Amino acid sequence: MILAQIVQVPSDINEMFDWPAILPFGINRVVLLMFLAAIVTFLFLYLPFRTPRIVPTKLQVAAEAAVEFVKKDIGRDIIGPESVNYEWLLIPMFFWILFLNILEVTPFINFPPTSRMAIPAFMAVFVYVVFLFVGMKKHGLRYLFRTVVPEGVPKALLVLVTPIEIISVFFIRPISLAVRLFANMLAGHIMLTVFFLTSAAYFVLSPKLLAFPIPFAFAVAITGFEIFVGVLQAFIFTLLTAVYIESSIHLEH
Amino acid sequence: MDIHAAALLGAGLAYGLAAIGPGIGIGIVAGNAVQAMVRQPEMAGQVRATMFLGIAFTEALALFGLLLFFILFGQA
Repeated sequence: MILAQIVQVPSDINEMFDWPAILPFGINRVVLLMFLAAIVTFLFLYLPFRTPRIVPTKLQVAAEAAVEFVKKDIGRDIIGPESVNYEWLLIPMFFWILFLNILEVTPFINFPPTSRMAIPAFMAVFVYVVFLFVGMKKHGLRYLFRTVVPEGVPKALLVLVTPIEIISVFFIRPISLAVRLFANMLAGHIMLTVFFLTSAAYFVLSPKLLAFPIPFAFAVAITGFEIFVGVLQAFIFTLLTAVYIESSIHLEH
Repeated sequence: MDIHAAALLGAGLAYGLAAIGPGIGIGIVAGNAVQAMVRQPEMAGQVRATMFLGIAFTEALALFGLLLFFILFGQA
């Protein structure tokens, strides 16, 4: 029954914004897909590393390469040697967002749960709490002071710099982090919907016109592009998390 | 002009105008990244990561415009 709910086709496009609950506690299709992605993430990070072998299996090779990519290119390159303390956040976050985004082009599902604002907004609030907590733990209240009054700025300019810093660090950062992921996936989903529905409508309504291959070719090309965007957005979300944590650890810049 | 027509017009203008600046900005970011990669190919990996970071910051403005489009479109 639950599987049938996951692969159901919405009756019209408004269901993208207003999805009915199908289980108690307001659990709807988006929440089920979220659980699915969480289970896949757990299995991807658990199975290959449960019994690591000298001669690795295919899954272990893929998982090791991907985890090493997050550890090195996102963690060590941005945060530095202290990134070991934040890998518990970066690695599951990257893979969870990646699997949520890839659901957009998964056959029979075709819906990215990250195109509902709730998930990116919650992740952004979580990141916000983490980087504020890291800064306060490391520097105390001096963190808040040094963030809004950067070192080496002339006193006369502080009238201008302090409000900008307050707005950009404490308001724009979490909002733009959430909106970037949400709007990218929403735009991609709408684009795919429009092109596939256009080709289907041409095919059904005027098959003699032979116009349906044109939007279909666009749709196929955009499907490939959306795989790229899904990976890129997961990378950028995790990268920005690392950048924000780094700016909390090292106050001087 | 009634309020619905104004909302629709504003929705179109909001996204169209919001796409201009980030379009130019992403062009500058990517162009300079290509120049940097050509001049120092050994730094290409680091330049690419920084380029995506710059694109992400720039692109956010266009995405705010897209959200504004949906908000205004819902008003119409």
